[in-house]
Amino acid sequence: MAWTRKDLLAMRDLDAAEITLLIDTAASLEEIATREIKKVPALRGKTVVNLFYEASTRTRTSFEIAGKWLSADVINFSASGSSTAKGESFIDTAKNIAAMSPDVVVVRHSSAGAAAILARELKCGVVNAGDGAHEHPTQALLDLLTIREKKGHLDGLHVAIVGDIAHSRVARSNIHGMRKLGMTVTVAGPPTLIPPHIQELGVKVAYRLEDAIRDVDVIMMLRLQHERMTPGLIPSSREYSHYWGLTLDRLAAHARPDVLIMHPGPVNRGVELSPEVADGPYSVILDQVAKGVAVRMGVLFLLAGSRNAGD
Amino acid sequence: MSLLIRNGRVIDPANQIDAIADVLIEGSTIARVGPKLSAPEGAEIVDATGKVVCPGLIDMHVHLREPGYEYKETVATGTRAAAAGGFTTVCTMANTQPVNDNRSITDYILDKARSEGRVRVYAIGAVTRGLGGEELAELAELAEAGCVAFSDDGKCVMNANLYRRAMEYTLPFGTPVISHAEDQHLSKGAAMNEGVVSTELGIPGTPAAAEDVMVARDILLAELTGAHVHIAHLSTAGAVRLVREGKARGVRVTAEVTPHHLTVTEEAVRTFDANTKMSPPLRSKRDVEALIEALADGTIDCVATDHAPHALSEKEGEFDHAAFGVVGLETAVSVLLDRLVRPGLVPLPTLVARMSRGPARLLNLPGGSLATGAPADVTILDLDRELTVDPTKFHSKSRNTPFAGWALRGGPWMTIVNGKVIWR
Repeated sequence: MAWTRKDLLAMRDLDAAEITLLIDTAASLEEIATREIKKVPALRGKTVVNLFYEASTRTRTSFEIAGKWLSADVINFSASGSSTAKGESFIDTAKNIAAMSPDVVVVRHSSAGAAAILARELKCGVVNAGDGAHEHPTQALLDLLTIREKKGHLDGLHVAIVGDIAHSRVARSNIHGMRKLGMTVTVAGPPTLIPPHIQELGVKVAYRLEDAIRDVDVIMMLRLQHERMTPGLIPSSREYSHYWGLTLDRLAAHARPDVLIMHPGPVNRGVELSPEVADGPYSVILDQVAKGVAVRMGVLFLLAGSRNAGD
Repeated sequence: MSLLIRNGRVIDPANQIDAIADVLIEGSTIARVGPKLSAPEGAEIVDATGKVVCPGLIDMHVHLREPGYEYKETVATGTRAAAAGGFTTVCTMANTQPVNDNRSITDYILDKARSEGRVRVYAIGAVTRGLGGEELAELAELAEAGCVAFSDDGKCVMNANLYRRAMEYTLPFGTPVISHAEDQHLSKGAAMNEGVVSTELGIPGTPAAAEDVMVARDILLAELTGAHVHIAHLSTAGAVRLVREGKARGVRVTAEVTPHHLTVTEEAVRTFDANTKMSPPLRSKRDVEALIEALADGTIDCVATDHAPHALSEKEGEFDHAAFGVVGLETAVSVLLDRLVRPGLVPLPTLVARMSRGPARLLNLPGGSLATGAPADVTILDLDRELTVDPTKFHSKSRNTPFAGWALRGGPWMTIVNGKVIWR
């Protein structure tokens, strides 16, 4: 199995073998984090541009560290708000960056499809680091790697994804990835936050937290994406938290003792997760962050490294 | 000056003609249709053997963008596009800048059309001042200036009482109100159809119900007032059902459909190509099937392109930031001949009727017929012409088509307006 794609845009595009290759590659690079000198020459002389149109700490930093550990030159380009805020169009920005001959462009943007549009414009590899409510493939890959390491396997596991599914690119990427790897997925939340026809993606739907978390192996809690929400979807954060907040009591009453609690971050403590759960023994939230660097090393390596090998 | 079109298959639905015949034009009117007509002395002869000769096609829903948005289209370029697409008449919508909500703008558009237009141009006036949806435009004066219908197209008049008053006020003019049926609360923020595709793409969707509730409202208001309401760009199976029921009840409701809603589904949005973004959005396969059936059975009265030119910069970037709308004048005939007529979904004479007599009847326009004395507007089609849609060859100023690269068979061959060959 060899990686053949120019870009990593969406989990929906990938087959199970490609997803496994990505996870395996990430796993093989994980030990770099434990070294005294965290640097390997795999991408020496390669340039990675982080093109972030949306505020991001975790993901941008994660890509930056990943690139640096692989010895790539990493350049961060942040544009606040929409692409037109500075008067330059997204396409013009893309063409300007292309003229600087990067090897990989990592893009985050508030518009669904932005990474795909960029990939059409650029000859170099493009990694989607989140495009609107569409996809966030490296998040799904790091979630899969985390689960695999904790549970020993992925096939046959049952995951509940709880919260604002409608506005979540993390949910979409995970649904595609998990289904392709033989996992069962239940999405749960108030009906206004469950997008229409989502069952057609092969998931179950639950409208009560208690129903969603019973007998699952993993609970993935999502934050309310206030920045993407239109008014009128939920009456209040207070009511949401009352019915959908994951507390130790609820876990003890309804969930399995070996359940994993995941969250893509940032966590709104006290809304979707009580602090005791976020910091508790079930939580693998910080493992996810650590795996994030490994996954991004793997992705950058496959996109920039193997292309070089083929030349 | 005479023009004799020889030996074509003449399809003139208004006069129940579908036969090999000649069409004789004298000056600016149709003189005669019949077999083996003799050519008057000095007549120009057009050999239409193997071609289809029909009344000049009418597109009752275009945006020529002038005044105000000349960077997208002008009367000159838009009517050239019309001619090249086989259209002899277009009706241009009111969402110009300034809005066509007063006589001086109507006069300006019609003056431009007379001096620079390649085909006949009629103006559609705004229903409300500045398309603001709050107070009526000066509708009587607009009608007197020549507006053939009234519409805030691009926006829906959300105030039902105001829309009722517009219907009542225009009743004496014999002009329909044209409804852009879209509940703007249900569609707020949406960039595509709501369904499993919008769910997967994470693009906010507008449900079919956003269109259906307004079609239902407007049919009820037409029933209340006795006015003629015409539904623009019908796009849902639900709206088709409502129009069908309304017509059966005797309500004065008519409807149009665009070539893209007849041939493309929401699946096309997966490319994130903003040329698949328009309002109403591309819908589901089930909706497309209902629209085709309704076009064939007459529930839908006519095809209109909703030709909506936009500059490249408004269409090349992020999907959710891109402008709504696509051009249609230069692709409509070929798309419909290839995708509806050739597979037998809609008979050719029906398509011709829906593109000529249909719009002429509902707007009381003089064209749409090859009767003796009718205006000499004729479109000749070549059913065997093979082409690949190449936007760089468009006469329109804009290139925003969802049909780029489509290989099609059949298309316009010659366009005659007022007895003159204006495109071949």
